[in-house]
Amino acid sequence: MSSLSRPMVGTLAIALLAAILLLDLARSGAPDLFSAPAAIALGSGAAPEGAHCSGQ
Amino acid sequence: MFLRRASVLLIALGMTGFTFLMAGPRAGLLVLVGIGFGLVLEGLRFGFAGPWRMIVTERDGRGLIAQLIAIALVAVVAFPLLAASPGELAPAHAPVGIAMILGAFVFGMAMQLVMGCGSGTLVNAGSGNLVGLIALAGFIGGSFAGTLHLGWWTGLGALPVFSLQGIAGAQGGLVLTLLGLAAVGGIALSRSAPGKRLPPKRLWIAAALIAALALANLVIAGQPWGIVYGLGLWGAKLAEAGGADLAQTAFWAAEGNATRLSASILTDVTSLTNIGLLIGAFAVMRWRAEPGAPAQALTWASYGAVLLAALVLGYSARLAFGCNVGAFFSGISTGSVHGWVWLVAAFAGSTLGIRLRPLLLRPAPARGVYA
Repeated sequence: MSSLSRPMVGTLAIALLAAILLLDLARSGAPDLFSAPAAIALGSGAAPEGAHCSGQ
Repeated sequence: MFLRRASVLLIALGMTGFTFLMAGPRAGLLVLVGIGFGLVLEGLRFGFAGPWRMIVTERDGRGLIAQLIAIALVAVVAFPLLAASPGELAPAHAPVGIAMILGAFVFGMAMQLVMGCGSGTLVNAGSGNLVGLIALAGFIGGSFAGTLHLGWWTGLGALPVFSLQGIAGAQGGLVLTLLGLAAVGGIALSRSAPGKRLPPKRLWIAAALIAALALANLVIAGQPWGIVYGLGLWGAKLAEAGGADLAQTAFWAAEGNATRLSASILTDVTSLTNIGLLIGAFAVMRWRAEPGAPAQALTWASYGAVLLAALVLGYSARLAFGCNVGAFFSGISTGSVHGWVWLVAAFAGSTLGIRLRPLLLRPAPARGVYA
């Protein structure tokens, strides 16, 4: 384990992220661009829809 | 060097562009905000768990003071914004309860064992720290597991949601928040040794940048910066891919969560900033001429302890309604009383975690040099 360099471990982290994204895209499909929210929530007139850690 | 840096830019801009094209401009902007968080946290060495340890062990309050400055800067802008646009922007308010307090205490303890908090785990993993990568895997699993039992834990008893805006109005709530931050800062200053009180220029800049990014997060996403929900969602996605039927669970059967579980990760705001944060930290590490020595190798038992502690870290963050970012940073800066209670409970846990750390994390026996 001690031979793992920082670039190698960082690349593994990026690979883990990529694997999760690819798995998710394969299972959930691509997002529907036509239902994408406005670029900026402030001024959009729409209520925030995102989930937050503080939510139940 | 050129090729390495070009590849770093390609990953960062490529992910931003990919998200923009796949999920729209808001998603692309949030990945950019996340990358900004990663660049600042890793590039300027602005952290949460480390300064909480330093104030106890080294009587060095500079990092903690910088955190308080960043929170105050966000609060000064966020309170009026939230008051002016309640239909478009949401604060990070949550109820204080038995499980919330217990969760925050355990989170504080565990974050000292894995050497990183919510954001720190992502930063450490992205910047090539093996403990951070193991902790990230554990955090994903733990925060997902926490969702499975959240109803039982919150059933132990919780107060209604209290906010400082609700108690004293928007302006009064802001004044109370700033007074509270000043009081904590005063305690930190009195605890710190001479020469270890005022943050250096690097941390002032970092605090201002983190505050600006947190406000950008609020304005773009409509909600404050968070970490835990996204990682729990990743865990749920992996569990479903492994055959789990989450429709039978109360948390993931709830309308909003079920929608997010079935939709792409690229539509979840905390996932987007988490992705960006990890890439930003990776970019800083790869951009440097010298990426730094690997983290000191630990014994296999210690790596196991890190994984276990990270599971507990993620689980407890779910019970506590957030980690250092969602509860402490975003909660306090948007007026949540639970953010203040979280601070007290997590700091007490952190102090215990500091004592446990040398017992659980042991360097691997020397075989030549620790690489």
